[in-house]
Formats: sequence, structure tokens, C-alpha cells
Amino acid sequence: MQVTRFPSRANGLADRMSGFIGYLRMNGLRVGPSETGDALAALSNIDATNADQVRQAMCAVLTGDADDWRRFDELFDAYWFNLGKQRAGTVKNKHVRVQSAKPMIWQSKSEAEDETQSHSPQEATTPDHGDGEAEGMDGKLIATRTANMSRRDLRELVDEETLKQAEMAALALAHAIRDRRSRRRKRALRGSVLDMRRIQRASLARGGEPLDLYRRARPPRPMRIVALCDVSGSMTVYSRVFLAFLKGLIGGETEADAYLFHTRLMRVTDALRDHDTLRAAGRLSLMAEGFGGGTDISGSLERFLVGYGAQALNGRTVVLVLSDGYCSSDPRALGDVLARIKRKARRIVWLNPLKGWKDYQPIAAGMRAAEPYLDAHLPANTLDALAALEPQFRKL
Amino acid sequence: MTLNDVQNGLAAQGYVADDRLAMALHLAQQLGRPLLLEGPAGVGKTEVAKAMAAWRDTRLIRLQCYEGLDASHAIYEWNYQRQLLAIRASEAQGGIVEAQLFSDDYLLKRPLLEAISEEKPPVLLIDEIDRADEEFEAYLLEILSDFQITIPELGTVKAQVTPIVILTANGTRDLSDALRRRCLYSFLAYPSKETEMAILRSRLPHIEGILARQIIGVVQALRKEDFEKSPGIAEMLDWAAALSGLGVNDLAKSPDEVQATLVCLLKTAADYDAAPPEVMDRLIGKVA
Repeated sequence: MQVTRFPSRANGLADRMSGFIGYLRMNGLRVGPSETGDALAALSNIDATNADQVRQAMCAVLTGDADDWRRFDELFDAYWFNLGKQRAGTVKNKHVRVQSAKPMIWQSKSEAEDETQSHSPQEATTPDHGDGEAEGMDGKLIATRTANMSRRDLRELVDEETLKQAEMAALALAHAIRDRRSRRRKRALRGSVLDMRRIQRASLARGGEPLDLYRRARPPRPMRIVALCDVSGSMTVYSRVFLAFLKGLIGGETEADAYLFHTRLMRVTDALRDHDTLRAAGRLSLMAEGFGGGTDISGSLERFLVGYGAQALNGRTVVLVLSDGYCSSDPRALGDVLARIKRKARRIVWLNPLKGWKDYQPIAAGMRAAEPYLDAHLPANTLDALAALEPQFRKL
Repeated sequence: MTLNDVQNGLAAQGYVADDRLAMALHLAQQLGRPLLLEGPAGVGKTEVAKAMAAWRDTRLIRLQCYEGLDASHAIYEWNYQRQLLAIRASEAQGGIVEAQLFSDDYLLKRPLLEAISEEKPPVLLIDEIDRADEEFEAYLLEILSDFQITIPELGTVKAQVTPIVILTANGTRDLSDALRRRCLYSFLAYPSKETEMAILRSRLPHIEGILARQIIGVVQALRKEDFEKSPGIAEMLDWAAALSGLGVNDLAKSPDEVQATLVCLLKTAADYDAAPPEVMDRLIGKVA
């Protein structure tokens, strides 16, 4: 394995370690100066010349959740063993543009800046500019990654106003299913009703005086939304609107989880929630590498089920699939995997941009195989269609 | 103490720790930081704390978290009845020393306070932290970062020795960043074939080679199937014990016993229905 050659100005271990921490932070790990100290302290407790030990130790100190933990090996190799550059050169998928992670983030930033500057000036003064910029950037990435789509077209097709509306539609939808409360009252710190039974029991310990007041309330039982959005070639036109839609879902007060897929699957909940627009775009851009490629719906759903299913799905989950159902894999597999998801989730709703077309029939074999397992198969080709989803969701 | 000591020490207690976990435990002790363990149910998150306590020959203090757990159950509580009695008694004798009422005598120590007032560093296991409410997580922050507890009537109690703190979670709810940042982290996944074999051998050494291989093979294959609750290590050990208790030597030759003992592995009705004899035969056939 090739060891990274550090520039001569980066002298000493502490310097390189802080570089590593910076690199991790850029990749979305939540680490700061105190972690740098911890990492150096950890090194003094192990055999610091043994790369495996260092890797294990850094993993324990610097990661914070399961996603980071799984990703850590790659990041470690990329920084200390120069793998980031090598890997970029040996990409198998021909849809993927060959670029290393770091320059891409910079590139997306500069392009995004160009775009926002070329937009109308009044936009820069709108109060929600920060959000708008994030979407502009996402959309930008889509535009630059798809050679067959001219930039001009996409912008005319989807202006900022449309994106706002898509986001609003998502918010309304999230609101529609948000406020569910249990029928029963359970003990709560700030409840509206006194819990007489518990007060009486506790008063025994106080010599019969009801000193401790316990309360009860109806606990919220919110519905969760898990949205899986197709960003393959056939969906390119809709991707940008759907991304805004996802962002609206995540931004709402519901518990929501968002994933993008084409031939791979990626969880983008954190990226969409990220207020640092530059970093958010950087994270999404990893996914954008394959934008506009083929689709493997069943494979992606399978990966979702195996990787995240246990955590993301429960009896109160609505699974939203945003896709046109054109799929390069075996349609029967799609039926199977939907059946398995159906067992774990409450509802599956398929939002299909083609459904809104006149005389649409689910001719795509994938769609036909999927239909029996769907609770609803709704159109999502126009903004009005997205907005009209709200009453449908109230019923779910 | 070195990394190898940790691994050997745990192995002596019958706990097989992989490299990452051993490293995390080693650092947790060296740096005096709590360790957060995540992973699916039944991979030995709780067990590691027990093994640690047995190895270090120290007390295991366990705090099982649940919804509605509050400070009076986890940290401390004043013994109100005893205080009342003391007041009545001293009234009868005339005069009362009020300051005595809030002293150690009347303090009921709950697990967390107990853990930091021990003299020999105990192992503090905070089990299933994600079941507790978010408010409770906030209580924990002071304890986990400074190992001290503030009792308004007494002042701040500081730990004399740093306990070894192990927190476990399995994703009922997202934990706060503040808590994650104070902890070292390790994720326990289902073990590989070799590791699981080592676990079986160290826990139930009397199980024969072929049966052991079949058991591990079937359990590993079952985890790949789509069950609501995949069998964990504890389930595997139960099953192995049940099979050997029934005198089974070869799974392929005793399908009835296999079917009867499946209750050890599959814990829901739907899972049980999803593994009819044909499926088990197929899995066993593949392994053998």
C-alpha cells in the first residue's frame, strides 16, 4: 500500500493528525479540536507504528455512529495511504465521471457561485436565500453531470419558485400525517392531567402526603416517512424537483428519512439537513457521480432493506418511492422486495411522474410487478399533483 | 496494560472480543472515557460489561434504562421516611439538629452515584440508553464527562476513581451528538464464522466438531434470511445447549429435534412459520 507523501511543510505528527481531523470533518464526521487531542492521547497508549492498531484506535475515538464507523476504513486509507487518488483512476462504472472527492466539492462550489450570481438580483435579497442556494447547488450538480441536458433547458424547466413550491408541498404533506397521538395516556413530565394513582403510591413514601405530583399525557405517535428517490437517467427531469421535495420532508417536524438511488443507494438525510450548503452539496455530489445512469430499483430497495430496514421501518412508517418504474433488473425481484418491505412497514406509496400522463398504463414490467404491493400509486408529474397528495396522505 | 492483556483477560472469562472491540475497551480504560456500543440485539453488548467486571475482579453496577427513568431512580434519592422518623424521634427528646437530616445517612444511592463513590473502579453498565428519555441523557452528560454528580443539599460528589463506563444502544432512537461526542464508539456486528465458532467452543466446549460446525452454519445462514428478529449469539448458545441436552449428534439425522428446538432461535410466530422443516432441511443440507 502506498503511503501518502505529505508536503514538507506539514511537519510532525500533530500537524498531520489535525489535517486528518479536518479531512474527516469535510467528510461529515462530527469531530473537532478536542478529538484531535484524544486521538493523539490514544496514539501514546498503543503501538503507534502498527497501522492496524492505529486504524482501530482512531476508529474508536473519532467515529460517533454506525454510518461513520462503516465509512471510517475508506477515509483512513484515503488520507494516510493515498487511496483516494488511486481509486478515482480505476472506476469500473462507465457512467461515473472520474474525479477525486476533494476537487469536486470545490468545483461544485465555484459553479454554484456562478449560478447564483447569474440569477436575478432580487433573489439574493430574499430571506430564505440560504435554502434556495442549496437547491440551486443540487440542481447544478445534476445539470453538470448530465451531458445530454443543456444547462439552459433545465433552468427554464425548474426555477427557484417551482422548487419552493415543491418544498411547500412536502411540508404540507408532512404536516398532514404528523399529528397523531395515542389514545391512552402515559406518564409524562409535562402532562396536562394528574396521574392520581401514581401520586397516591408515591405519597406512601412521604408519610401520606402527596408531595410528588406525577402527570400524564397522550404521547405522540408520529408517522414516519421514508422516501426513496430515483435519480437515474429517465428521472433526470424530475430529480431537481424531487430533491426539493425531499428537503421539504426532512425539514418538516416529522421523523423522515431520505435515500437516493440509481444503481447504488445512499442515505441523504443528514446531507439534506445540513445547513452548511457547501458540505451538503459535497455529500450529494458523491451520489451525483452516477446521476443519469441506469436504474436498479429492486437491488437498491434490497440494499435499503438489508442495510437500513431494521432501523428505518416500523409499524408506523410510510414508505414513499419516487420513481418511474423503469428498471434494468428482474421485475419479479422488485415484487419480492416490495413484499418484504410491506411486511415491515405500514404503507407503501409509489409516486410516479408518468402516472399523470393521459392514458398511462403500467406497462413497464417492473411497475406491473410492483402494483399488487402498493397501497397507493399516485401521479407526481406536476406541482399540482404533488400538492394534491396531501388529502391522500390524510387517509393513510 | 496492553491491548493483548485486554483480549486475553476477556478470553479467560469466555468472551471472544474482536480486534476493534478490544482496542475500544483498551482505550476506554487508558483514556478514562465511556464507551458506547451499538449493534443488533444479541451480539454480546451487555455480556462484554459482565466479562470486564469478572476479569478486573470488580463490581458490575448496572443501570437498565427505560422510558420514564428519572434522576431519583438513577442517581440518588433522599430517604424521606427515615428523615420523618428522625424528626419525630428527636422531637420526643426535644430539639433537633437539622443539618443531620441531609447527610449521607439519609441518602439512598442509586446506580450512578454508587458507581462514582466506589473505591475500586467498578464497571458501570448503562444498558439500552436509547430507551431512556432525552432529558435523562442530559443528566448523564455531567457524569460521563467529569465523573461528578451535584447534589444540591450536599454539594458536588466527585469520583475517587474513574469507573469503566459502558453504554449500550440498539437504535430505538437517535442519541444526541453531545452524548456521542463524550464517548468512544464501537459497533458490534454479528460475528464471522470463525469468531462464532470460537465463542461456541469457549462457552460449550463439550459440543462435538461436526455438530458445532452445523450449528454455526445454520445460524449464519438463518441470519441471511429475512426474519423479523435474526438469531443472536445468545440464541445460538441456547440452541446449542438445547441440542446437546437432547443428545443430538448430527442435525441432518434428527429433524424432529431441530424443529422442536427452533424456539430457542426464532422468537416470533411469523419467523417460526417462515422456517418450516423444508427450509431447515435445505439449510442443514447446505452446511453438511
